[in-house]
Amino acid sequence: MKQSQPSNKTDALVIGGGLVGMSIAYGLALLGRKVTVLDEGDDAFRAARGNFGLLWVQGKGYGNAAYASWTREAVALWPRLDALLREDTGIDVHLRQPGGLQLCLSEAEMADESGRLAWLREALDGDYPYELWDPAELKARVPGIGPQVVGACFSPMDGHVNPLKLLRALHAACQKRGVTLDGGVRVEGIDEHAGGFDVRAGDRRWSADQLVLAAGLGNRPLGAMLGMTVPVRPNRGQILVTERLRPFLDYPTTYVRQTDEGTVQLGDSLEDAGFDDRTSSEVLAAIAARGVQCFPHLADVQMVRAWGALRVLSADGFPIYEAAHHSPGAFVVSCHSGVTLAAAHALRLAPWIAGVVEEPAIEPFNLARFNCAVEVPYAH
Amino acid sequence: MPTEPLFQRLQQAPHTVRIIFEGRPLTVSADVSVAAALLAHDVGHTRESAVNGRPGAAYCMMGVCFECLVEIDGRPNCQGCLIGIQDGMRVRRQRGAREAFTGAISEGRGDE
Amino acid sequence: MSNALVDLIIIGAGPAGMSAALEAASYGLDVVVLDEQGQPGGQIYRNIDRADAQTSQVLGPDYLHGLQLVEAFHASGVRYLAQVAVWQVTEERRVHFILDGQARVLQGRQLLIATGALERPMPIPGWTLPGVMTAGAGQILLKSAALLPRHPVVLAGCGPLLYLLAVQYLRAGVAIAALVDTSERGAVFKHLRELKAALAGWRDLLKGVSLLLALKRAGVLHFHAARHLRVTGEECADGLSFEADGKPGHIPAPLILLHQGVVPNTHITRSLRVEHEWNEQQLCWAVRRDEFGESSLPGIFIAGDVGAIGGAAVAQTQGRIAALAIAQRLEKLDRSRFLRVVKPWIEALRTQQAARPLIDAMYRPDVLNRVPANETIVCRCEEVSAGAIRGYVDAGCLGPNQTKAFGRCGMGPCQGRLCGLSVTEIIAEHRRVSPTQVGSYRIRPPLKPITLAQLAAERELDLSLSPTPSRTPS
Repeated sequence: MKQSQPSNKTDALVIGGGLVGMSIAYGLALLGRKVTVLDEGDDAFRAARGNFGLLWVQGKGYGNAAYASWTREAVALWPRLDALLREDTGIDVHLRQPGGLQLCLSEAEMADESGRLAWLREALDGDYPYELWDPAELKARVPGIGPQVVGACFSPMDGHVNPLKLLRALHAACQKRGVTLDGGVRVEGIDEHAGGFDVRAGDRRWSADQLVLAAGLGNRPLGAMLGMTVPVRPNRGQILVTERLRPFLDYPTTYVRQTDEGTVQLGDSLEDAGFDDRTSSEVLAAIAARGVQCFPHLADVQMVRAWGALRVLSADGFPIYEAAHHSPGAFVVSCHSGVTLAAAHALRLAPWIAGVVEEPAIEPFNLARFNCAVEVPYAH
Repeated sequence: MPTEPLFQRLQQAPHTVRIIFEGRPLTVSADVSVAAALLAHDVGHTRESAVNGRPGAAYCMMGVCFECLVEIDGRPNCQGCLIGIQDGMRVRRQRGAREAFTGAISEGRGDE
Repeated sequence: MSNALVDLIIIGAGPAGMSAALEAASYGLDVVVLDEQGQPGGQIYRNIDRADAQTSQVLGPDYLHGLQLVEAFHASGVRYLAQVAVWQVTEERRVHFILDGQARVLQGRQLLIATGALERPMPIPGWTLPGVMTAGAGQILLKSAALLPRHPVVLAGCGPLLYLLAVQYLRAGVAIAALVDTSERGAVFKHLRELKAALAGWRDLLKGVSLLLALKRAGVLHFHAARHLRVTGEECADGLSFEADGKPGHIPAPLILLHQGVVPNTHITRSLRVEHEWNEQQLCWAVRRDEFGESSLPGIFIAGDVGAIGGAAVAQTQGRIAALAIAQRLEKLDRSRFLRVVKPWIEALRTQQAARPLIDAMYRPDVLNRVPANETIVCRCEEVSAGAIRGYVDAGCLGPNQTKAFGRCGMGPCQGRLCGLSVTEIIAEHRRVSPTQVGSYRIRPPLKPITLAQLAAERELDLSLSPTPSRTPS
């Protein structure tokens, strides 16, 4: 991709080349804007490289109907994003939306999950399809399901995608649409003035009318450069990946997912580990044990890879979509579901950032809601 | 595919055992790795890539390259260069991705 | 906590590991050696305690030199666990491994990593065909299974190990179809600057010279300055084509052994994230260590080829030095005695390392065989070509972790052991920056595959059960 020349002024500067940043950059490019994306180096934390690949709706937004709707709509938009990416790049990101399963290993878990779904159905006026499957139904539809799975919540809204191919497709699509990508950049300062924003890293400079902070955990220090408090903190998730298997699992589930390559991903965890993205054998062992409970035949399957990644978690667990009041033209975007929300980021958020459309759906996700400094427990 | 083995013994093996490779009985030296035992026979390739079916065979013989993956006694994706040959072993080529249900697990299939 | 705590865990039972174990044991340290192989010796002394007279005669005197060390190791009573697959090592010196099909953990007060070297990848067109192996593989088959090439064999590449194997094959009566040497004729004279310093290591130099003379006397067909190597064949190798002295050549053969040096096996050290640095002289990553072998993580030491290629004698001495430092760290000897005892070994090390710069210069692998053309597969596990990697760089990837995310190179069973160096060098060359700026794969556990059932049932190693050192085949 071409690199920018000094003193190039661009329409929009996006800081962060992960799924969030690239989705927004793509969306802006689709509107004909000139976009430059700044990205860190090869060894950055990159939440974009560490996710399960789920396009997940069920259960999300329990207690927050606005988030439930936003998620629902984002997933419904996904086929459009898939078509655009395929047209622009030829890359198939393996979008599959067969419905998904929350497998439950105890009656309590089943009660918990179904209770949340009932609340969500009511909050969305009944427009929230799901089914509760008992062991007999599971056995019929999910070969190899283990006897310790007492039931599952199935929702036709859920699906999965190959998240790494998605990242690659977004890069290629942005390149095709003329987005400039400058890698190896760690932003050190942001200055705002009447004409827009100047960003510096070392002796390099960039200028733009609009600035989008989409740097995940980096949004906290970047926001501070503009006098904003962006309450994001890392939450570690560990994932275990097996050797390739012949296809056996069509439905994505929250604990176990078979990828298009045949590998099986098992996860995950929710840990307060600071900026430590290493794995630990105790957590991996627990993930493995749970995976084997779900599918006993996985007991003799080999784990060949494992990784930890840092979720970008806001203080209340919901996305941040902020148009900075004190710095008009600056935006802060973060979430921990960059895959699920990618289509919404490209096809609804980007137009909102570009100023071509109002987007009342995202008003609840501004920074002002954090002024009451109460952190609620993280909701998956 | 070669019809002859690539390797032969410096001198007669002091002890031999019998194994089965792809349904074919073979007499091999005892006290060698599975990969070495196969190289002394005309087996050609010992795996097919899970990505594109490319035929592969042992390359480094020291557990680094994972080209020597074979199925041993029903267990897939074993590094043949790190496992000693045993009398009666049933060895098969690792053809692409392994099966999800190998039958090596006899409990908890959910339908038994 | 648990009872599974020992003074020193050593990973690797080659010359460095064995030598360190003996030294540490002599100071009363409680040592456990973990070895992936079935018996001690590493790669160089593989199977040495079972080698018969005929095989020993073929392998030569340097091989037999290892016998003393291995016998001393066996006699020492140091706890030795064989056929162990280490799958995780932590900063806190907890080593997770699979032994007899079960996942166990052991904690060391100190840790020595002595995992040696592996063959440098040699990605030439056709290198993935059955019938192509490494010279190291040829040696392993000879040592551990008394196997020799059945047909005239082609040896291709460069470096003393290639010539050694050729001479061993000659002794065994194997026909060598050709030695296709990618280094230049009379390479020693082109590196006079290194030669002077190397003279302190004249024995090593003489060895190399005598090998070449033996090949010449035997009339082995020896091509020099060979370029554009390509393995021919459809389903399997049927020969090697190349260009030497400006003339094209092709040698038909079903077996082609490649070699262009060995490089440190840094898989474990990378997973620990200890500091590494690019060694331009050796064209690979070296582990940063102090003069006694301690890495950038306290309590984690490095000895032998895993840190930087030095050969067996260097490995043995470094093992000893590290063990002394560890013994001092664990207060088995005081600092002033330690410094007195270690001094002669540090000096011996200097002599043993003297010839290395010259050897590195003489047998520097050709960039064409390290940074191949687009069509050549670089990641064998995931079938990723050099061209694909260049494409990912063009799409914005700066280093191997990004190319891994884009194209899966490094995600397969070998987890980047074989492709790592190639990918780093391809990216560096394409971006026109140094390998240091490009970096290397992030290596994560499991370092070896482990089943979910094994993982779920992991427990501390019970040291009270005396491990039976299984004399299994290598």
